[in-house]
Amino acid sequence: MVEWTDFERATIMDIFSKIDYDVVGPRALSRCLVVYPWTQRYFGNFGNLYNAAAIIANPLVAKHGTTILHGMDRAMKNMDNIKETYAELSVLHSEKLHVDPDNFKLLSDCLTIVVAAQWGKEFTGEVQAAFQKFLAVVVSSLGRQYH
Amino acid sequence: MTSLSAKDKATVQAFWSKVSGKAGDIGADALSRMLVVYPQTKIYFSHWKDLSPGSAQVKKHGATVMGGVALAVSKIDDMTAGLLNLSELHAFTLRVDPANFKIIAHNILVVLAIMFPADFTPEVHVSMDKFLASLARALSEKYR
Repeated sequence: MVEWTDFERATIMDIFSKIDYDVVGPRALSRCLVVYPWTQRYFGNFGNLYNAAAIIANPLVAKHGTTILHGMDRAMKNMDNIKETYAELSVLHSEKLHVDPDNFKLLSDCLTIVVAAQWGKEFTGEVQAAFQKFLAVVVSSLGRQYH
Repeated sequence: MTSLSAKDKATVQAFWSKVSGKAGDIGADALSRMLVVYPQTKIYFSHWKDLSPGSAQVKKHGATVMGGVALAVSKIDDMTAGLLNLSELHAFTLRVDPANFKIIAHNILVVLAIMFPADFTPEVHVSMDKFLASLARALSEKYR
């Protein structure tokens, strides 16, 4: 089981309470699709992903970015049991969506950078460490049911 | 890994000219973050007295690291040749595991996002990420 310090729990709650899901989610997903273009393979039916401007303006990308971030709420609310909480989602990503689990790390790196840009100086090394630890657990749990 | 396109090089050079004035601050913050977020990297600095963020040694070394980045920007058309000496240093003297190059690169990108949120667009991000990956590859040349 993952051990969380009080600081880490408080920091994760703080981050999620302060970010605008409708801004951060779309920004993180669109950044991922631009910086790691091979991730576009999962979004063939999302319409125009032709260049960075198109990706950033794409309403389906924006909507899905928000969906993904709301999906992280579940982990935030069940920090002592993220693995079980995500078991079904892991099966979904493996069996139905066929997402390479390495790609979860790419999206989480983009999310870190988007949150860092929003928070500025308040995104200290300690805050970054807590956030990246949380994302690492999320990523690991999402990859857990692959076989 | 692909090499840098003309567009990547132009993007990196333009962005670098905007941020290079703060290179010292960028390096110090990136290094501080790395030591906190990836504590295993501290093993390379066991000879330092003070590994806390903002310590004199961390600041000085952050500036040194960014000096290397500046050199890479100036030699962007042939980083392998341009970074030969630095590669030998890292390979034979420092013996830094090349996996750590990705780690410092990630932290540099985080600091760029914090310090230049408007300029560090997704397009700049992808070119900078590619540039730092090319830099890491050039630095790894002499390892084996």
